[in-house]
Amino acid sequence: MPKLTIDGHEVEVAPGLTVLQACESIGIEIPRFCYHERLSIAGNCRMCLVTMVGSPKPVASCAMPAADNMVIHTNTPEVHKMRRSVMEFLLINHPLDCPICDQGGECDLQDQAMAYGFDRGRFIENKRAVKDKYLGPLIKTIMTRCIHCTRCIRFATEIAGVPEMGATGRGEAMEIGTYIEQALTSELSGNMIDVCPVGALTSKPYAYCARPWELRKTETIDVMDAVGSNIRVDARGNEVLRVLPRLHEEINEEWISDKTRFACDGLRRQRLDRPYLRVDGKLRPATWPEALATVAARLKDVPGARIGAVAGDLADCESMLLLKDLMARLGSPHLDCRQDGAALPTAPRAAYLFNTTIAGIEAADACLLIGTNPRIEAPLINARLRKRFRNGEFAVGLIGQAAEFTYPFTHLGEDPRLIEDIASGRHPFAATLKAAQRPMLVLGMAALKRADGDAILAAARRIAETSGMIRPDEGWNGFNVLHTAAARVGGLDLGFVPGAGGLDTAGMLAAAESGALDVLYLLGADELDTSRLKRAFVIYQGHHGDAGAHAADVILPGAAYTEKDGTYVNTEGRVQQAQLACHPPGEAREDWKIVRVLADQLGYPLGIDTLAEVRTRLVAANPVFASLDHLEPAAWTPFGEAGTIDTAPFGAAVETFYLTNPICRASVTMAECVDALGGRQGRKTGTHG
Amino acid sequence: MLRDQDRVFTNLYGFDSPYLEAARARGDWDNTKDIILRGRESLTKEVREAGLRGRGGAGFNAGMKWSFMPKEVSPGRPHYLVVNADEGEPGTCKDREIMRHEPHKLLEGCVLAGGAMGAQTAYIYVRGECYREAEVLQRASDEAYAAGLLGSNACGAGARFDVYLHRGAGAYICGEETALIESLEGKKGQPRLKPPFPANVGLYGCPTTVNNVETISVVPAILRRGTGWFLGLGRPRNTGTKLFNISGHVNQPCTVEEEMGIPLKELIERHAGGVRGGWGNLLAVIPGGSSVPLLPKAICDSVHMDFDSLAAVKSGLGTAAVIVMDKSTDVVRAIARLSRFYKHESCGQCTPCREGTGWMWRVMERLADGRASIEEIDVLEQVTRQVEGHTICALGDAAAWPIQGLIRHFRPEIERRIEEREASPDQRSAA
Repeated sequence: MPKLTIDGHEVEVAPGLTVLQACESIGIEIPRFCYHERLSIAGNCRMCLVTMVGSPKPVASCAMPAADNMVIHTNTPEVHKMRRSVMEFLLINHPLDCPICDQGGECDLQDQAMAYGFDRGRFIENKRAVKDKYLGPLIKTIMTRCIHCTRCIRFATEIAGVPEMGATGRGEAMEIGTYIEQALTSELSGNMIDVCPVGALTSKPYAYCARPWELRKTETIDVMDAVGSNIRVDARGNEVLRVLPRLHEEINEEWISDKTRFACDGLRRQRLDRPYLRVDGKLRPATWPEALATVAARLKDVPGARIGAVAGDLADCESMLLLKDLMARLGSPHLDCRQDGAALPTAPRAAYLFNTTIAGIEAADACLLIGTNPRIEAPLINARLRKRFRNGEFAVGLIGQAAEFTYPFTHLGEDPRLIEDIASGRHPFAATLKAAQRPMLVLGMAALKRADGDAILAAARRIAETSGMIRPDEGWNGFNVLHTAAARVGGLDLGFVPGAGGLDTAGMLAAAESGALDVLYLLGADELDTSRLKRAFVIYQGHHGDAGAHAADVILPGAAYTEKDGTYVNTEGRVQQAQLACHPPGEAREDWKIVRVLADQLGYPLGIDTLAEVRTRLVAANPVFASLDHLEPAAWTPFGEAGTIDTAPFGAAVETFYLTNPICRASVTMAECVDALGGRQGRKTGTHG
Repeated sequence: MLRDQDRVFTNLYGFDSPYLEAARARGDWDNTKDIILRGRESLTKEVREAGLRGRGGAGFNAGMKWSFMPKEVSPGRPHYLVVNADEGEPGTCKDREIMRHEPHKLLEGCVLAGGAMGAQTAYIYVRGECYREAEVLQRASDEAYAAGLLGSNACGAGARFDVYLHRGAGAYICGEETALIESLEGKKGQPRLKPPFPANVGLYGCPTTVNNVETISVVPAILRRGTGWFLGLGRPRNTGTKLFNISGHVNQPCTVEEEMGIPLKELIERHAGGVRGGWGNLLAVIPGGSSVPLLPKAICDSVHMDFDSLAAVKSGLGTAAVIVMDKSTDVVRAIARLSRFYKHESCGQCTPCREGTGWMWRVMERLADGRASIEEIDVLEQVTRQVEGHTICALGDAAAWPIQGLIRHFRPEIERRIEEREASPDQRSAA
């Protein structure tokens, strides 16, 4: 434990910390631009210079390891002079266009210039101007503002794993860019906007939209994937203008995916803001009483066995619970939350969770990926896998479609029967897993949504059990299911699956097609083959005019994730609550209220009036809902049914990263991303070699 | 004056062949095996005690530098010797002469220095422009391999020693030792932060020592002739011989080996045929390559050419490249040209140098024409102080020092130009 003196205070810090971190530990803030906790140290901005007794030159505190008997001064006139002179250098070629800069109000340079800037310039030469670069549809560049801190380069190279950014040129002529001008191919590129300390990289869709002090900030949860990233939604009036990450070390650290960040313009388009009824084959606007009466009239005297319900990928737990209750009152066993038909059981919980936990990936030393592309299914889990890879000694194997994952892996093949080979120990990768101290596997939806999904699940369980992934005494469970839908784990926790004799999604679709099902209730379910629903009476409750709404006979307008207090469970089984950031548009209502009022209308009052009561009932339905943001290791009991695994190779769980749900399909920004990158990030075809 | 028998570089002018046979006749590779077998400790100690100060400019004791290398070679982390032959300092042309005419001194030095630091591999990073020099060096290296002086069982001393040549692409900053390492690793040549120092984490993350060509090339002579011989040359703390490059307004520009501490006047008069137009026509001398502050004639009259004497007059020996300027020189313009060089060669990594070099050059350009106000001289002086010492590497210092020297010694000249321009009637009407 090095002991050093900072400004007269004796400090003892953990070994390996830098002087800057030691200063922070006693509350002394050191100004900095290039230093970032999660990136490698560059030491190039020179803003953090401090003096050290015995050193002839000042030292860069961000890079200097704290050592015994150092005497550091951070608050002398000399240090302030150094900071002022670095600030002067940074500003001489900075355009000082704060009034028209989107970073204004949240700019490190602006803030620190308040403390260390001169009130006038001594530089009377012409300022440098730098040509702006094209980095794709998400990031706007004003490169003249760049202070060359290289945070974006380090982020792209280290965290995102796409070494596409770099510096060309020397000295004053040094420019940050992508060498050959092209759109960045990372799903995490938006984070560069956050790491950029100045206004050089700003959000393109948000350009000139608002000033930070005009925005109402709501801390909430993301639903674009099953990671449950913690986000902050910034809204003005009733419009979500931007989404920013919120720190959560165990989930998203301080990053979010581009979809999470940039799909928010989809919240303004294609919205269902009033009920609709299909009259003569066309949807016409209606009032709530009309719509509810129509549903009630249609359901009257329909036997429960002829009614079905499917919950979509963005459904909140509250509305799923109430819908399940309502279906029970109606006497229907036909309900499912697995639109894609993934063979996921509702028990044990360990069978459908990412048991290792996202942070737990960092402790793993071998990983088998089965039918998954974490890079586009859950970019932040992929970022953790890359973080683990960067710490060294991490063997990754893949069964399924090969793609660029940002870390090296052994492509074992596309034949699903390899899973059995590994389970039985015939395959060499089985030895790698066995030799590992903390092996893990990740089972993707592409592997589970097949007809033989159950057999694959069982075989994956056997791999977990035979290669030592299940070590409850050491607190290690290496069996992981990677979900792609934010609602999925919550739905499974609530048992939103077929009851006794009930039909699953595929069964309901077939029944609807054959006429065996009269009414189908879609709770935000859009990822279905709606062409098969023509004969059934379709009630669509949701927020976007997407596939489900087009097939609907009645549309009950609901709220998107930013417009309701909803509970979601992420792929790890972590219960989190989203908060209302704006109100649902027009006559749209929070989803649990719609189900509740519909139940009243149908004559089956659910006995619930407040959100608190729904949440009490959630806890009663499954105790996991009792504690928020808390993980309880799930007990390991047998699951899955051994069967024959088909030879057909795995498909992709997510075809296009940018188009996975109704919100991002309504987003212009996401469409632009597809235009710019879709070909590169989509599934490779046979002609790709 | 250096006696002929004390000369290290006896073929400095290439009157003889640079290659193996001739080199052996000059005494190179003579019983190298026995010297190696004296052992690591002994070799380092001898060089340290001889007071061999690094010839690349900083003047740090070479033996001391070697002793920073880990005592034991840990498995998987070999030690490396890197020879800095990226000679780019304006005015300097000593390493290229060694590579051209005495390549075997360098190669033998690599083997001995490698032996002193536990390295079995040496990389020689040759400046890209030194194309012919690299050819000579490569041929010499091939000869040495063929003769068993390099390779497995180098010199018959029982250990492997390899020498690799790497040609740079001509960036001045790659002469900075950590930028050189980065460049050698195939990256953009930008200096690294220290600590960690190369002796701990250097080339490919392994312990590395970077030495100048001249430093390495005199090592065999020290070890062969003895510490006492080297200590007997020069002045206290500034021992041995040194290659001086004399360029500029002298009658016979030359590279010459001389004793450390020779008076500057004697060096110029004896070896370079004197200043053009006589000593009285001298304006100023840059004594150690473009990065050290210049000295006006008054100081040049008496100063000795060694590290400590020049530091005492607020300049430096640097690479011992003596740039002589007579009274026909536009000294402000000359320094402005150097500022442009540093602006061009700044790597752009850290703020003070990236922004400061451009600022200093632009002001210097205006000062050269007198297009400035008197106060700007002080601003410029302050800017040089803001750059100096605040950067990752020494290029910031190198850019600041010539200007500081100019302002220190020639401020009246700068002010005269400003005043003359202000006084001239066309200027006033133009303004």
